[in-house]
Amino acid sequence: MNETYDIRTAESHIEVHKFHGGAIIGTLIIIFFLQAFVPQYFHQLAILDLPLLVTIYFGLSRRNPSTGLLLGMAIGLAQDSLSGPTVPLGLYGIAKTIIGYLASSIGARLDTEHPAARFALTILFFGLHQGILVLERRILLAQPEVWFTVHLGIAALINAVVGVLLFTLLDRLRKPS
Amino acid sequence: MVGVPSRHKSIFLLGAMVLLQVLLLAVQIKRDSQGRLIRVWTVGALSPFERAGSYGIGSVRGTWGHYFALQNTSRENEQLRHENDVLKLQVTQLQSRVSEAERLERLLNFRESHQEVPTLGARVIGASADTATRTIYIDRGERDGIQRNMGVITPDGIVGKVIETFSNTSQVLLITDKEGGAGAMLAESRIQSPVGGTGEPLLEMKYVANDDKVNVGERVVTSGMDRIFPPDLPVGTVAEVKPGNPFKMIRLRPAANLERLEEVIVLTTLRPLELKKDSSAGNAAAGQPAVDKPKSPMANR
Repeated sequence: MNETYDIRTAESHIEVHKFHGGAIIGTLIIIFFLQAFVPQYFHQLAILDLPLLVTIYFGLSRRNPSTGLLLGMAIGLAQDSLSGPTVPLGLYGIAKTIIGYLASSIGARLDTEHPAARFALTILFFGLHQGILVLERRILLAQPEVWFTVHLGIAALINAVVGVLLFTLLDRLRKPS
Repeated sequence: MVGVPSRHKSIFLLGAMVLLQVLLLAVQIKRDSQGRLIRVWTVGALSPFERAGSYGIGSVRGTWGHYFALQNTSRENEQLRHENDVLKLQVTQLQSRVSEAERLERLLNFRESHQEVPTLGARVIGASADTATRTIYIDRGERDGIQRNMGVITPDGIVGKVIETFSNTSQVLLITDKEGGAGAMLAESRIQSPVGGTGEPLLEMKYVANDDKVNVGERVVTSGMDRIFPPDLPVGTVAEVKPGNPFKMIRLRPAANLERLEEVIVLTTLRPLELKKDSSAGNAAAGQPAVDKPKSPMANR
């Protein structure tokens, strides 16, 4: 999964980043461990959606829609699996498949290396991710779900701040170009 | 690897993957199945890390306290401060152990006072990966005799029920989850009504008529009607009462501290349970040692 491709199109000036071997798998194991374990001791950190942040990051970095959506799907299904029977398999899978695809598509067209761009995109994708989840719950599961709460707005901001820091950290896993 | 797909190919792939997962959702809803095999794989892959983390966090805290926290001490009184810090750490560790011992003692006392109820101690090792779901993982599973729909409690009050079991791990749905709940009644008036979660820290008591008198601070206990929890276990206390249509809107503060669970007790039977009339949760007297202890650092020493 760590091979990358050159985009030899009009946007070829946008760099496609390569990652060290096992970086993606290792990152996923760590973030799922953190997502499931840390909130037990620091309850406030349950507000973070680390799987979403990683989906966005690898989508923006690898800039290949196909691998982006497949990685998003794998992350989403893993999150569904760890969330228990009250969350059917596919709920987060669908949302993160779409986010992975969109992040990769945007990453292939825009320079998303600047922290401000990353901050804005993370808020955008967080809102979109939440919107997809609400749609799924309402349409597919017939569950009442609100579109927006103040809590979600705060969560979007916090995730964006943590996302910028996390992305800087994950940049270190890239191979030198 | 496949070469760079065209835009149309990637859109097609996106559609196919989303459709596949929509079908997966549909199959689960129709068959009431939860894709158990894939859950077993994922939970099985992650639970060793959770288990190791749970047992390792104490040593990490110790390392942090012993080394990193002392880096900024002044050189003039380094020795004195060092000794002081070591003593403080020992006190903290001892307090932590005392606290843990007290929790375990309360678990054991509870079990001794309810020997008619088969129970098993367990340690909480993880939480849900979904921020909207209130579930926990415990370090007991099918090998320990845990089955779905078994009740989970603490000496303070009820916690939830087992919703999924794996070989060495189980998942517990907390009563505060939107789909969680229990049969309950007001302790004084004995008015029965189910209690359900709202996805927030407070619970909701659903079907109490406006004519019935309910006071803030009144205790709510289990009714036993759900056939999961025996009657008269603490559920919570009334925190808010408002008139509603057609029923009162009653919010409860859970008796158990569900935000900071470390050890729990699993009721290892699916038969309807009865408590002794003279016993009450959390007030049991100490007596003979129980057989099973939670898998805690204390228990392993």
